[in-house]
Amino acid sequence: MPWKNAHVFSPSTFYVDRVCYTKILPQETPGNCIMRVPLDNKADKVICGPGLRRNGDEVLVCKSGILRHKPPNLYWIDSIQKRYVPAKGESVIGIVTVKSGDVFKVDVGGSEQASLSYLAFEGATKRNRPNVQVGDLVYAQFTIANKDMEPELVCIDSCGRANGMGVFGADGLLFKVSLGLVRRLLAPQSDIVKDLEKTFPFEMVVGMNGRVWVRARTAQQTLIVANLLESCENMTTQQRQALFRRVADRVT
Amino acid sequence: MASDCPLKLSKNLLRMKFMQRGLDAEVKKQLEEEEKRIISDEHWYLDLPELKAKESFIIEERSFVPCEDLRFGRMSFKGFNPEVEKLMQLMNAHNRNEDEDEEEDFSRMETDITDEEMANRYVSLVESMKRKFARKRERSAIQEEEEVSKEIGPTKKAFLKPQD
Repeated sequence: MPWKNAHVFSPSTFYVDRVCYTKILPQETPGNCIMRVPLDNKADKVICGPGLRRNGDEVLVCKSGILRHKPPNLYWIDSIQKRYVPAKGESVIGIVTVKSGDVFKVDVGGSEQASLSYLAFEGATKRNRPNVQVGDLVYAQFTIANKDMEPELVCIDSCGRANGMGVFGADGLLFKVSLGLVRRLLAPQSDIVKDLEKTFPFEMVVGMNGRVWVRARTAQQTLIVANLLESCENMTTQQRQALFRRVADRVT
Repeated sequence: MASDCPLKLSKNLLRMKFMQRGLDAEVKKQLEEEEKRIISDEHWYLDLPELKAKESFIIEERSFVPCEDLRFGRMSFKGFNPEVEKLMQLMNAHNRNEDEDEEEDFSRMETDITDEEMANRYVSLVESMKRKFARKRERSAIQEEEEVSKEIGPTKKAFLKPQD
């Protein structure tokens, strides 16, 4: 694993000091977790990822979990979560709920519905409207997602190309998984995906909001894949591989 | 009327264009500057000290995608959806820049015509469009130019691509 593990620690402050060069493990003193980070000259900035907040010159931990580090300068907290919070740049699966004038309201599983403009599709103009109905599934990216404003989605990238985003979902099955499983599925060398692709041909769309859509040749195969994914959450690697092998044997 | 010895004209009248045609350039500049000063004085501004955003060395990042290098969300296996498989290669190749040489060869093999051919085609296309929209006299002038350039150029017997 390329990530460096540190101790699990509860929400408290930890200080990042530019000057010091030694690394001290977090002390479990109540309220104070001091960790000094070696900073080279080239990596002048420290990027704090999800679970960490900046407070002036300090970094505060706001979620409990394992602290991960990606060289040169990226730190984040690996935590378990079920509720999705929209973040800019993430691709999610949304369900269109309201079609009103120029804007669609899309449910992404967050605290409020996101808005998706009808011009944010590839090749859409004022005269040439995209074919989107209420209840359709869309795979879109957030352009605006913060706690002060309503989140906004788009189905094109900055060059105007769709890149796989847009309406999808004729046939297939949509179900919900936890966010940790989504990250495990989308990891670069994912074991789950490697085991799954040996079973049978199917296609899958994974949204960062915990929604997964699956389609296979027959309804039965679709259901099998969906059940496999839902059960992957709480199984160890060996259990999972045994289960997949059983399924593959039964199919062939 | 004759008793009005020094004729007093108002400032606004003096600022009108027809009154300034006889002035020097310097006097004109002065008048313009005065005008600008009056206008900028009328603008409102805040009487606060300059607040500079402190440059912090800590950047916040809310998404997990760059942390763990997550892949593209649409996936297809065993050829179920060939478009999605092509997309997978495209999008995941963006992130992975390690095997750059391999990808370059890949993209070269896939193009039907090389870049030079494309450039030549584009040049001939521009010429033909110019000819199409040129007026009659210009058209004959262009044709003469082409004949001259053709005579000068080396005559080579090779397959000529049709120019439309």
